[in-house]
Amino acid sequence: MRYTFSNRLKIGSFILMGVGFLCLVLGFLNAPSTVEEAKEMVAAAHGDGHGDGHGEEASHGTEHEADYMAASGHASKVDSHGESHEAGGHDSAHDEHVFHQLQNRPWSALYVAAFFFFMISLGVLAFYAIQRAAQAGWSPLLFRVMEGITSYIVPGGIIVFVILLLSTLHMNHMFTWMDASVVEHDKLLQGKKGYLNPTFFLIRAAIFLGGWIAYRQYSRKLSLAQDKADDNKNFKLNFRISAGFLVFYLISESMMSWDWIMSLDPHWFSTLFGWYVFASMFVSGITVIALVTIYLKSKGLLPEVNNSHIHDLAKFMFGISIFWTYLWFSQFMLIWYANIPEEVTYFVTRIEDYKLPFFGMLAMNFIFPLLVLMNSDYKRVNWFVVMAGIVILFGHYMDIFNMVMPATVGENWHLGVPEIGGILFFAGLFIYWVFNALTKEDLTPKRNPFIEESRHFHY
Amino acid sequence: MASKVIHAVYNDDDILMHAVKEVRAAHHHIEEVYTPFPVHGLDKAMGLEDTRIAITSFMYGCLGLTVAIVMMNYIMIQDWPQDIGGKPSFSYLENMPAFVPIMFELTVFFAAHLMVITFYLRSRMWPFKKAENPDKRTTDAHFLMEVGVHGNEDELKNLLLNTGAIEVTVTEKDE
Repeated sequence: MRYTFSNRLKIGSFILMGVGFLCLVLGFLNAPSTVEEAKEMVAAAHGDGHGDGHGEEASHGTEHEADYMAASGHASKVDSHGESHEAGGHDSAHDEHVFHQLQNRPWSALYVAAFFFFMISLGVLAFYAIQRAAQAGWSPLLFRVMEGITSYIVPGGIIVFVILLLSTLHMNHMFTWMDASVVEHDKLLQGKKGYLNPTFFLIRAAIFLGGWIAYRQYSRKLSLAQDKADDNKNFKLNFRISAGFLVFYLISESMMSWDWIMSLDPHWFSTLFGWYVFASMFVSGITVIALVTIYLKSKGLLPEVNNSHIHDLAKFMFGISIFWTYLWFSQFMLIWYANIPEEVTYFVTRIEDYKLPFFGMLAMNFIFPLLVLMNSDYKRVNWFVVMAGIVILFGHYMDIFNMVMPATVGENWHLGVPEIGGILFFAGLFIYWVFNALTKEDLTPKRNPFIEESRHFHY
Repeated sequence: MASKVIHAVYNDDDILMHAVKEVRAAHHHIEEVYTPFPVHGLDKAMGLEDTRIAITSFMYGCLGLTVAIVMMNYIMIQDWPQDIGGKPSFSYLENMPAFVPIMFELTVFFAAHLMVITFYLRSRMWPFKKAENPDKRTTDAHFLMEVGVHGNEDELKNLLLNTGAIEVTVTEKDE
């Protein structure tokens, strides 16, 4: 059975893209182009309480202050900075820093949304490779759906790469270590220069994306060839390359998370950051598989997918949500307990300036799926899975938001026009690309050796 | 009072599953099925009510969580206030991250152990209890279906033999 892209969904995706694009443009136009404009914007936002507010800010984490001093190339002034604030004076370095943060805002909104939707397809790719490598019997009926979602890895990956490329060209100040004048005054960054430099950074990004896209395209090709072949050669080869891909993926995904996200806070490090980002993309990816499957089923397609398949996907959503929480908490507790200034600054800024997104994300990513998806029967009720899935997806968007924003825009964050625009634009692009890819082939693989087992799968 | 029952012995779980469905379709009452291992989906095929043990497990988990919170609050905050991680806040909430592993472990501990004990009680099992299964082979490689006889012995025998039973015997069962 073949899917035809319904006009309503297609128009919907175009509207999302259009509205999102306008919002993003508006975000870029509203970003200040001079330091004076930035000062006015902050003054307008803070109202009369401006001076007082800054007095409080000065008493925030010293590391945070030092970070932005370094960012504006005045590291030597760190000591006098806090005092000048208390006195109510406006240091020019501070103004310039706020200016950079406000300029970063539309870029960060773009980057968070671009990365989030890219990460969904990468998470699905990992899930798909695991099904292949494990020769899972339950999931072959869902392979075409997964392949449809992973098709987004091509445009999504290219967009993320272009954003990273523009960052190295100093179009924005998201990655402070890319600024040579910052590195000049920063001993830690000088020590990391061998790894964290723009050229090597881009080479690595190209290798990661190249490997992921190559596997996706080759595996898809073999998967389609298997349907037309009269032996299982393609299937066996797919099994082998999937196992090999998983090795490459686990290493490259981890390094990708250091490069693309952790290096936004270039002084900070966490050894399980790669796993943490992996858990986020894995659960988001599985959730999207469930949502797309339920959508296609509601159109009368995928008639052989029964509620046991949905049940299994929902079990994964539940389990990986808890896995994510486990990693999140492992990272948090060790840093909280040890209380080492250079580590704990990461959470200090988030709890002080991002209280609602930080704790709200925990509720959405842990408590909500825990309670909603715990009951076995609820995992088979489609609308329950859809509702939980939407909350999980939004929660993991907030997770990426919390990873990126504190480093790039600091306390000047909002969930406003550019952020929503980013979500809408990439959601539209994602929907368009994925559902367009789904129309290309039959939704059920014909000659997968496990297809019969998958048809009769029941829990 | 003794009642008459038929014991049908099978040697394959798939055949047993089909037999259970056929016997039920013919409106006979299956009293019990003895199997050497849990057969997936047998409860649904027999039309048994869903187990409520998951609900008890959830309640035991909540109990365990509560015990952990109360216990850690008493030990670490009230009775002998501790300076945890160099942050002498002496507040449960601010020290909560340190207690999360304990909260988790006690939740799991209570849920798992009390659920097992509940299962034993509900199944009326205790140490040194005499086994209820009528045929020792059901602990090894055979499956036994027990069907009540209500004056339809021959018909039932034929039906059971047709479903693939390797052995059908009529016995008196002591209530």
